[in-house]
Amino acid sequence: MLKDEDRIFTNLYGRGTPGLKGAQMRGDWDGTAALIEKGRDWIIDEMKKSGLRGRGGAGFPTGLKWSFMPKDSGGRPHYLVVNADESEPGTCKDREIMRYDPQKLIEGCLIASFAMQAHVCYIYVRGEFIAERVALQKAVDEAYAAGLLGKNAAGSGWDFDLYVHHGAGAYICGEETALLESLEGKKGMPRLKPPFPANMGLYGAPTTVNNVESIAVAPTILRRGATWFAGLGRPNNTGTKIFSISGHVNKPCNVEEEMGISLRELIDKHCGGVRGGWDNLLAVIPGGSSVPMLPKSICDDVLMDFDSLKAVQSGLGTAAVIVMDKSTDLIKAIARLAAFYKHESCGQCTPCREGTGWMWRVMERLVSGEAAVEEIDMLLDVTKRVEGHTICALGDAAAWPIQGLIRHFRPVLEERISAHRRHLAAAE
Amino acid sequence: MSVRRLSAKQPASFAFSPENAEWAKGQIAKYPEGRQASAIIPLFWQAQKQEGWLSEPAIRFVADMLKMDYIRALEVATFYTMFNLSPVGEHFVQLCGTTPCWLRGSDDIKAACNKHIGPEGQVSADGKLSWIEVECLGACANAPMVQINDDYYEDLDGASMGQLLEDLRNGKPVKIGSQTGRTGSEPIDGLTSLTTPISGGGK
Repeated sequence: MLKDEDRIFTNLYGRGTPGLKGAQMRGDWDGTAALIEKGRDWIIDEMKKSGLRGRGGAGFPTGLKWSFMPKDSGGRPHYLVVNADESEPGTCKDREIMRYDPQKLIEGCLIASFAMQAHVCYIYVRGEFIAERVALQKAVDEAYAAGLLGKNAAGSGWDFDLYVHHGAGAYICGEETALLESLEGKKGMPRLKPPFPANMGLYGAPTTVNNVESIAVAPTILRRGATWFAGLGRPNNTGTKIFSISGHVNKPCNVEEEMGISLRELIDKHCGGVRGGWDNLLAVIPGGSSVPMLPKSICDDVLMDFDSLKAVQSGLGTAAVIVMDKSTDLIKAIARLAAFYKHESCGQCTPCREGTGWMWRVMERLVSGEAAVEEIDMLLDVTKRVEGHTICALGDAAAWPIQGLIRHFRPVLEERISAHRRHLAAAE
Repeated sequence: MSVRRLSAKQPASFAFSPENAEWAKGQIAKYPEGRQASAIIPLFWQAQKQEGWLSEPAIRFVADMLKMDYIRALEVATFYTMFNLSPVGEHFVQLCGTTPCWLRGSDDIKAACNKHIGPEGQVSADGKLSWIEVECLGACANAPMVQINDDYYEDLDGASMGQLLEDLRNGKPVKIGSQTGRTGSEPIDGLTSLTTPISGGGK
């Protein structure tokens, strides 16, 4: 288990004050100017060496992403945009950073922006997080008043402005190019890539979009050294991560743990175990609603990191662990997610716009059992026709949970259909 | 996709209050010259706060303010689901029914809303309350939960939800956040991490 001294988010639960003074006592803003003085190449190199992979779901190496920003942009400004549009069902970690540890994020914004030659950064907070937005704005105001933002931010010689922006209820705006569209004052519809944001992002200028947690861990990584961070977790899956555990556990919570912790240890140590004991476990969605679920047999010994979960045809995603015990109607659980994706599809690509509705309707037929057995394979086939055929990954995200259900629990679907038939026969 | 239409009944006009007009200027200044359209969501939001919902005159007013075509502003108003295109109750309950909340009993919360408010999407007879089901609100470790106006109410059950609604209806003080008294999203009966005393001060 991760030692407290290796935890980055030491105010995760809000027991200390989120204010600047408290944050500084916890080590934030310690020698920021000195870190910046070491230069862009050093910062990006350290981030690469740390092995940090993006914490927003896709797990793309953060240092590498930062290095994609062009060296010469022909006079165009550079932007850092922080994705705080946390909406993936199961995920509630960035919220805690914004309301309890906002200075880590703000300091990270300055350092990352300097490394990418951006003088301006926007933090895009999901619309529903009103209290979090207020808390973050307060922290930004405090940082400005203390000279940590603005001209010669934190005495670094770098001029830097940070603005808090917000959405108004659209899951799709968590997709980076949809987020940029939204930030420009349009409908949040994803852009076709290329061009990638690093070349043409916000207002047509070079832009990097990073998740809140990825940015917030950067200052600590640079202060304690890439070697420290890389020494935690497993190769290619380094460092610490905030896990959000919800569903059928005795004590749902957020907790920062080492990457590669076993799922069972995570649940038993921090969440008081599965409701009714480990043997009462039915399935777990290990990384937010978009990733395929895992049956108990895999949960018994799977490790929680990008590569381990990929190896079992799922994913770490946002590390939002949704636990389902044996009382769960799994078909209904996934049908509810299908309804979610249908609701959140932006409607731009036909396979997703039509497919999410179609998949949801068939899922509802499977919940009641009125579907024909052949519809299971038809549904699987449709998920494959949506997956990979849309501009953004929402189509994939809608397809994967259903694929996971069919992959591991086909007999449950078949039994539901037979039960419905038996019920009809008995009624006659 | 959700199909969203403007309300058939619209007020005659809209204008920002002097304070909101001043506030709007500050918002627009956050964005580069010529990019004032970026401020549309914050401005719509403020208009909604002022009027309780987002009317067509308000949409046109904000579009004029940002020098945007009306159709572009209408697109934004109808795309984002937090803009209420028709009036809502004084206490507007948005109930999360997505899987993590559902697993922990959001159906009971829904039943409480039906009992204490009435059918989804309709304002109660006294005008005090209305409710809708929304998608994941991002407080899954504190499920089930609802958002009422600006605030999250977490760790609910059917009984505490009913009580909460009646207290709001009767103008009694209510507690924002967890209804079971835990701090943030920590494990309910004692920390399993961050137990080493750290500097950073108490509350």
